[in-house]
Amino acid sequence: MSQDAMRVTRRSFLVGLNLSLAGLAIGLPALADEPSGRAGPSPRAAAPEDGPGLRPNPFVHVAPDGTVTLVCHRSEMGQGVRSTIPVLFADELGADMKRVVIRQADGDKKYGDQNTDGSSSIRKFYDDLRYVAATARTMLVAAAAAKWKVKPETCEARGNVVVHVPTKRTLGFGELAEAAGNLPVPKRENVKLRPKSELGWANSTSLPLLDGPAYVTGQAVFGADLKLPDMLIAVIARPPVVGGKVARYDATRALQVPGVKRVVEMPAAARPYGFQPWGGIAVLAENTWAAMRGRAALDITWDLGDNAGYDSVAYRDTLLASVHAPGTTYRNLGDVDAAFAKAARIVEADYVVPHLAHLSMEPPAALARVTGGRCEVWSPTQHPQAARTQVAKTLGLGEDAVTVHVTLLGGGFGRKSKADFSAEAAFLAREAGVPVRVQWTREDDIHHDYYNTVNAQQIRAGLDAKGKVIAWQHRTAFPPISSTFSDADRPGITDLQQGVLDLALDVPNVRAEACPAKAHVRIGWYRSVYNIFHAFGIGSLIDEIAHARGADPREVWLDIIGPPRIMGLAALGIEKLANYGESLEKHPVDAGRLRRVVERVTASANWSERKKDGRGYGLAAHRSFVSYTAVVLAVVPDERNKVRVDEAWICMDAGLVVNQERAHAQMQGSVVMGISNAFFGGVTMKGGATQQSNFRDARIARIGEVPRKIHVDLVPSDGPPCGVGEPGVPPVGPALANAVFALTGKRIREIPLVRGLSG
Amino acid sequence: MSVRIRVNGVEKTLDVDPDMPLLWALRDVLGLTGTKYGCGEALCGACSVHLDGQVVRACVTPVRRADGHAVTTIEGLSPDGSHPLQRAWVELGVPQCGYCQAGQIMTAAALLKAKPKPSDDEIEQSMAGNLCRCGTYARICAAIRKASGMPEGER
Repeated sequence: MSQDAMRVTRRSFLVGLNLSLAGLAIGLPALADEPSGRAGPSPRAAAPEDGPGLRPNPFVHVAPDGTVTLVCHRSEMGQGVRSTIPVLFADELGADMKRVVIRQADGDKKYGDQNTDGSSSIRKFYDDLRYVAATARTMLVAAAAAKWKVKPETCEARGNVVVHVPTKRTLGFGELAEAAGNLPVPKRENVKLRPKSELGWANSTSLPLLDGPAYVTGQAVFGADLKLPDMLIAVIARPPVVGGKVARYDATRALQVPGVKRVVEMPAAARPYGFQPWGGIAVLAENTWAAMRGRAALDITWDLGDNAGYDSVAYRDTLLASVHAPGTTYRNLGDVDAAFAKAARIVEADYVVPHLAHLSMEPPAALARVTGGRCEVWSPTQHPQAARTQVAKTLGLGEDAVTVHVTLLGGGFGRKSKADFSAEAAFLAREAGVPVRVQWTREDDIHHDYYNTVNAQQIRAGLDAKGKVIAWQHRTAFPPISSTFSDADRPGITDLQQGVLDLALDVPNVRAEACPAKAHVRIGWYRSVYNIFHAFGIGSLIDEIAHARGADPREVWLDIIGPPRIMGLAALGIEKLANYGESLEKHPVDAGRLRRVVERVTASANWSERKKDGRGYGLAAHRSFVSYTAVVLAVVPDERNKVRVDEAWICMDAGLVVNQERAHAQMQGSVVMGISNAFFGGVTMKGGATQQSNFRDARIARIGEVPRKIHVDLVPSDGPPCGVGEPGVPPVGPALANAVFALTGKRIREIPLVRGLSG
Repeated sequence: MSVRIRVNGVEKTLDVDPDMPLLWALRDVLGLTGTKYGCGEALCGACSVHLDGQVVRACVTPVRRADGHAVTTIEGLSPDGSHPLQRAWVELGVPQCGYCQAGQIMTAAALLKAKPKPSDDEIEQSMAGNLCRCGTYARICAAIRKASGMPEGER
């Protein structure tokens, strides 16, 4: 991060803590009225962590003046990771938060995996990060013990000092930093973690939002907020269809727009598209407005390429046909065909979920500077290492010649894992010979997204005479994300981990099949990914079974999940489970945890009384990112949209949660995003081009379209941390469809629900 | 053409295309980057600022409309981040990614000026033009109530 950006975030960190510790009003220094200097990265001055002191690993530095620098190697995009990882560190270390500086890591493999996706920041790094801090603490304690000639076990680190407990002598972290820095770094087995009772976060439900003061004063630095001397702003006219090219163009009129300095043709993208820039014509100007006007004045003839025949309405039928025929079986238990043959009744339905666009409030933007064979990029990226790799590739440089700094992200949701916009800025900065900031418009964001994939499912359940489910067949078809990187034309076993293979079913005969689906647009990660549609199909069908039986949906959910038990591969009827990169020993498929969230959420929502208040109630539950979440929504009639969600209850078992306050916020946000997905979600393509262009036709929920009350219940747990950012979203869609059915009697099996309601 | 605007209490003379939206004049010319671009068509509210105390969407407001007038941005809402809304926003942990929040706060500030104790319906009506993709709406309502001295309710 730039020096100035770092200064701002450091200040906000300190301010945030003062607020939390003393309950005082926030006290930012008065703002200059002309802060253009603030937004400009200056040549990097020596940061405290570049000087002497204790540096046992790339994450922690203790300076001789007592300043503790803690590195956040994951990107902040609203999940609160910058308010979580540093707290985890500081508590384990015994640092005084007032002496802590948070530094956002550049993209560098020395930090391990920095790809901020998959709800993995705490899930994957919880143990490692605690050891990172505990290692530094062990060394500070050892240095103090050596000075005092006492045993280290008689010393404690807290409040930025080491205390010799029997004599109450103290030495500050700063006084110890250099001596500790000269000690050998202890091996992990010789480092002891603190007990939970000593960890402030473990006993707090109200950790402060450390960047909060910066957010509410306009000081937070996002992708488009940085400025370099001589910088130009680029706005790019990209081919309307992925894989298209510029046939010819005339920039005469564009160059006549005052402020426009240059017009540059971008390299065309070739299949597989990966993270390559999308191609097109870039207009570089002194300011964003001139660049936009310049782009509008371009005269371009496109060669639309192979994908120009893509029509998502026609493709919906292709996908449905795909799931109406057998696919590749990845889950097989018992004898499904025999069980269907003897079933007393079959409940069967097709479900369709369209492409979803990310619609982060901050459209992609990135700044780059190329000088002397080196490139420096400032980007709101979820994946700075991938950005570094793609920038190096686009420029033909070694990765060592590329530095990627990470700004704050104005939402990511998976879109900003991709490096295309960072590489665009780098390419243009080299071509222009001056720093260039690429600014995507909202239309660009919607037209050139890496969409959540499009899906059709057919799910069949065979019931015996008593209504018990004895057979389950699940077919799913969707172009997988791997199609963006290869010629994959159907989902594979890894793709089916998301809600199909890991579904806890107390059913003796189960089969799940993946069916063909070719991609025609760039497919990418989107918050909760394939779980969105799998939870929608499964959660809707379970409700349909309940109504077919005339039974309470809650009882049918619990009946189908079955008794509490750990389900191994054999019990699931599968050969392997990707399990979000986790072992089944640490994160098994636990039917008991899925049951528990259903039980807790229905208790909170007073489910058994649901028929008394005139509202329509819907329930759904889902396992994803090794967490378990259940949702109840209550809907009421609404003039504008026919239905409005009036109240929501969400219960998540995510194992141990480090920052309960941010997890609570994530659950509230998940309900809102789940409502947007299910109610309004979906973009369509005609002639290969996306038809929607801004928030008027690519809708997301507004304040009056979401519940005023969202009740959040986090299951208390000391189990290994699981995902938090994504698992809240998947059950919301089916809960909403089920609630709509309860209120209106209308069963809508296709997203967006608002279309089914008005049809 | 030059345009004279009082921005956050300070007179500014800008030599810009008078059709340039106020948003880009603030961000690109004056370096006030707290005001955000989200849609360019007054659909999302991320660029909300005050023009003579009234909320406008800066992305569709030509800078000439501000000529001779006063503009307040998030940077000028209070000298030190101590506006009751800013304090409530931090205390209740409203922001997630934070990108839309300046616009939310500017819209809310105009609401409270006109209506110091708004009802929930009035809050929803006033805030309907401000989108938040992270879904902070429930806490936005709670923070507005808190800032107006009303019980914040469930956040």
